[in-house]
Formats: sequence, C-alpha cells, structure tokens
Amino acid sequence: MSVSPSPKKELATIAIFTVAVLAMPIWLAPIGAAYPDLLQKFAIFGIFAIGFNILFGLTGYLSFGHAAFLGVGSYTAVWSFKLLTMNVLPAVIFGTVLAGLFAVLIGYVSLRRSGIYFSILTLAFAQMSYNLAYSVLTPITNGETGLQLTQQDPRIIDSMFVEAGAGLPSTTLFGLKMSGYPGFYFCAVVLIIGFWISLKIFNSPFGMKLKAIKSNQTRMGYTGFNTRPYLLVAFVISGMYAGLAGSLMAATDPLAGAERMQWTASGEVVLMTILGGVGTLIGPLLGAGVIKYFENIFSSYNENVLHQIFAALPDPLEDAVVAVTSLFVGEGWHLTLGTLFMVIVIFLPGGIVEGARRLKSLVLRPTVRKYGFKTDQPTTRS
Amino acid sequence: MTAKIILDVDDVQMRFGGLMALSDVNLQIEEGKTHAIIGPNGAGKSTLLNVCVGRLQPSRGTVMFEGEILTGKTPYEINQVGVARVFQTPEIFPELNLLENVMVPALAKRDGSFKFNAFRNVMREADIRDEAEHVLEDLGLQEQRTHIAGSLSRGDKRRLELAMCLVQHPRLLLLDEPTAGMSRADTNRTIEILKRIKERGMTKVIIEHDMHVVFSLADKISVLAQGKIIAEGAPDDVRGNPKVQEAYLGGAHL
Ligand SMILES: Nc1ncnc2c1ncn2[C@@H]1O[C@H](COP(=O)(O)OP(=O)(O)OP(=O)(O)O)[C@@H](O)[C@H]1O
Ligand SMILES: [Mg+2]
Repeated sequence: MSVSPSPKKELATIAIFTVAVLAMPIWLAPIGAAYPDLLQKFAIFGIFAIGFNILFGLTGYLSFGHAAFLGVGSYTAVWSFKLLTMNVLPAVIFGTVLAGLFAVLIGYVSLRRSGIYFSILTLAFAQMSYNLAYSVLTPITNGETGLQLTQQDPRIIDSMFVEAGAGLPSTTLFGLKMSGYPGFYFCAVVLIIGFWISLKIFNSPFGMKLKAIKSNQTRMGYTGFNTRPYLLVAFVISGMYAGLAGSLMAATDPLAGAERMQWTASGEVVLMTILGGVGTLIGPLLGAGVIKYFENIFSSYNENVLHQIFAALPDPLEDAVVAVTSLFVGEGWHLTLGTLFMVIVIFLPGGIVEGARRLKSLVLRPTVRKYGFKTDQPTTRS
Repeated sequence: MTAKIILDVDDVQMRFGGLMALSDVNLQIEEGKTHAIIGPNGAGKSTLLNVCVGRLQPSRGTVMFEGEILTGKTPYEINQVGVARVFQTPEIFPELNLLENVMVPALAKRDGSFKFNAFRNVMREADIRDEAEHVLEDLGLQEQRTHIAGSLSRGDKRRLELAMCLVQHPRLLLLDEPTAGMSRADTNRTIEILKRIKERGMTKVIIEHDMHVVFSLADKISVLAQGKIIAEGAPDDVRGNPKVQEAYLGGAHL
C-alpha cells in the first residue's frame, strides 16, 4: 500500500471484513473455535485491540493503563442494567461515553509526558483505579464480590413495561436475548462498526498527522501543529474503544469485577497489538484472536489430557514429557504466551502481519531469492 | 529609501550556564531579501535561529516578526504566523513517504494548528496532494515520491525538508546550512531553487559555510563570531572587511 487506499478500496476492505466476521462461525469450525462464548471473546478483544492500536499504532504512545477504561465500561454497563433497563444498547452507549470522559481526565494528565514516563503515568492511573475499586469505591463496584444484578434492582425503564419475573432477568436487545449466537452477532456488528471507524481514521488526514507525530513529534511543532490536542483525541478515542469492549463483556455476561482493571489486563492488549502487528489495520485483531484462541486451548489442558496425548510414548519418557509440557498449560498457559511473545518480538518484530507479508513475497517472487538479487523496489509504508 | 523590516531581533542574549552563546545581538531582516549569516563553528548561528523559532527562550531581548512579538510563543504558533525553518540536521518524517512528508505541512497551512478531520479520505484531498506533488516536482523529487523518507540520501533529505517548508509558502524562511552534505551538482541545483523562490518575493535568512552559496544568493551578510555580530553589509563590503577575515578564517582570504 502506498500513500493510502482509495475510497473504493476502503469499501472493498470493509465488505470483505464484514463477510469474514459474520461467517466466523463457519470458517472457525474446523479449528474448534466456532462456539458463541469464544467468538464473542474474539470480537470483544478485537475491539479492545483495534482501539488500542489507534493510540499506540498511530501515535506511538504506549499506554499501560487501558484496562482502566475496560473496567469503567463494564461497571457502567452493569449499572445501566441495574438502574434502567436490561437492554444492551443504552448500556453500551453509557459505557463508551463514560470511559471517554475518564480518558479525557487521564489523558490530559498523562500526555504532559512522553515515552516511558507517559507509560508509567497511565499504569499508575490504572492501578489507582483498580485499588480504588476494591476500597473506597466499594459502594459503586461492590468490592471483591464484583458488581452483579439482584432482584431488588429498580430497573426503572423495564419496570414501566413489564412485571419483574421470578429469576434474574437476562440482557436483551429489544427483547432478543443476548446469550449464545445473538450475543455474538451483536458483538460482531459492533466490531464491524469499530473496524470501519478505525479504517476511516487510518486513511484520513487526521490519521496521517498522527503517524507524522509518531515519526517526528519535534518536526510537527515546527510544521505548525499543536500536537497535544491530537494526542488527546487519539487517547480518548482509544479509551472509548476500551470502554465499548468492557461494556460488551458486561452485555454478554452481566457482572463486573475489579480484576478487569488490573495491569495484567492492560498488558494483554499490548501483547495482542504487538503480536499481530503494531500500526497495521488488521494486526491487532489477529493478535487478539490468536491469544484468545490459544488461551482457550492451552488453559483447558491438564495432566490427564497430556497423558492421553503422549500415551504412545514409553512410560518413563511419557512422564518426563508430561512433566515438562504441563508447565506450559492450564494455569501455566502464560508461560506459553510469554515464550510466543518473545519469539515474535525477536524474530518478527512486525508481528503476524509482517510474517504474512514476508511469506507472500517469498511465494510471489521466487526468482529474487534464487538469484539473490537485491530488490530495488521502493519501500513504502503500508 | 528604507525597505520594510520583516524580522527584528532586538538585543537578544542567550546564556547556557557560563557560556554566552549570543550577546546583545541586533539584526534586522528586510522584506523580500536574502540575508546570510556566516561565522565560524560555534559562533551561535543555529542558536540565533533557535531563538527565532521558539526552540529556545532568550535570556534577554525580543524577536519581532511583522510587528508581532515572537518571544514566548511556541514553535507551532510561530510557524502559523508564517515562519518556516530548515534545520541543520534534517528534521523530516522518516517513516512516511515523500508525498506524505510534504502533505502534512500543507495540511498545517490549510487547517491551522488543530483540526479533527478523521472521516475524510486523504485521497480526496486533491488540492493538498496536487500542491505537494507540485513542490516535489519543483525540487526534482517527484520520482521518489512513494519512497520512505528515511531511505533518502542526506542531500535529498535536505531538499525534502526544503520542500516541506516551501509548500507552506512562508513569509519568512530560515535555512540552517541547506547545502551541507550535498554534492557540487546538488548544491548548484539548490542555489537555483533558492534563486527562484526569491523571485516570488519570499524573505530568507540563510546560514551557510559554503561561500559560493553565500555569494550567489545573499543581498546582505551578517558575520557572527563568539555570539556577537562583528560585521554587516553588502557582500562585497563584508568580503573585504579585515575584521571578518581575521575572525572567520584566521586571516585567510574569503
Ligand atoms: N542547547 C544548548 N545547551 C548548551 N549549549 C549550547 C546549546 N546549543 C548550543 N550550545 C552552545 O552554544 C554555542 C553556539 O552553538 P551553535 O549551534 O549556535 O553554533 P553554530 O554557529 O550554529 O555552529 P556550527 O557552524 O557548527 O553549526 C556552542 O558553543 C554550543 O556548544
Ligand atoms: Mg549550527
């Protein structure tokens, strides 16, 4: 891709993307990933990562506190379910908006610094939010138990239309229950909209200016741009994506806990983005998918499963192999993730997208490799 | 007949700890002229430009541009009133391609210091694109317009930075050694370009070590040595000034 894709190409991209996302239950079936819970996770974390990439990928500012916005989105959504209605639409809107307001505050302060100091500031804010959720803010967050629905919730809007039933109500979209596939398709539609907005930003003058800030912020100043508001807008947009993702988590499963704001959650989205390819459109989404998929597989393995897998080996060898591999599965899945991450960062700094590009050029230009020509192709930014 | 003064540096002093990089510098730049500042290494030439564009705040004194005080303004505000600068070490956007490098400053000129235009495709910015292409063509860089700026040679980077400034049609252009690191041919080409700009009436301040460049372009020369202006005048006067020859080249002839 040279400068940036034309509006026509943009339309084609979004069309292909829409089909691919909506057809996920079909093409993910062969690898055993086609069930609603996991598909929802793909979509939700995809949104989180896409938004994160608008800040990190375009401006180069690495936030280590984006989980705070995820948490704000979740809590807000659950409160919307408790106070107003079980309809997910207002919950998602409130969650996104409130996370945005919160991002204005944190962004305004954190963006006074750049580089590592910016990262530390965002991390500090997120950890502060996490601790507050457990302590002072217990009336809002319900502390360690987490915020849940109860029978006593007022649900003002719902109660005007229907009598409260016996059990806890479930989340709906105008009557359609948000569990199983409908829940996934709701998240999928939001993901498509989120991707479309991100695509628009990437190809806009605004996006180009953000890339220029990443490339040389000093030059931007002498070029007549006030970089601070640009960064703040990017920060707030990405915070809103995080809030949106958080509220979708609550929409598919109406509870919210403070652990959603922990630094590990902030770190996870960084891993997703880097694994997929920082600053590329589709990379963060792929990263999110890969991590959630492997998490799902590896964390479900235990020693029994491993013994079955390696049953063919002679017993002493089997025990040894299982002893080693069991470190990497179940609770130890993070060890796998860490290893995978290190391998990617060292051997493929551009992530999965870079890997795909290299593979493509190997396949498409075999002669170049055979004769060892240095290609004089202009290197362009994608 | 007195020409209009576009930039007025008034009693500027710049101190770095114990070092007096600029002491009581007074400088008037006339509109439409090319004003060269020469002087030995470490004389304070770049520091003077830094004070003009807001990178440094002077310890004392003020800089006025068309009757407006620049001192205390931020770099982006100074650029927005019409002052552009080419740096001694090229400041470009190394990860963007040449076209983007030039479109960004063109956007700054059109949209001001902030505009949230996130839902318009850049390809639809035909005016901005045309302008950028035009300037690249003017500077002989159009063939490389899809190349990544970081991959250019040092001389080409300089020319790109010049393009980034020219696309903004600044009222005042400050050039810090625009031909350093260029081949003879490229230097001559840059001289031609700068001469052409002059015909359009753009005021320029140029810092240069290459006397061939200075004498081809300058209407007036100021000589800076150890933070002081030691001589000023028409090129021929300065060339013959013994004080200058002593300070600048330790007695050698210019
Ligand atoms: N930010 C700074 N902090 C401290 N000292 C500085 C700073 N900038 C410049 N100096 C010092 O001020 C003096 C003047 O430097 P300046 O860069 O203005 O010289 P110059 O005339 O541009 O030289 P050259 O021809 O080598 O580019 C030098 O002694 C330099 O070391
Ligand atoms: Mg200098």
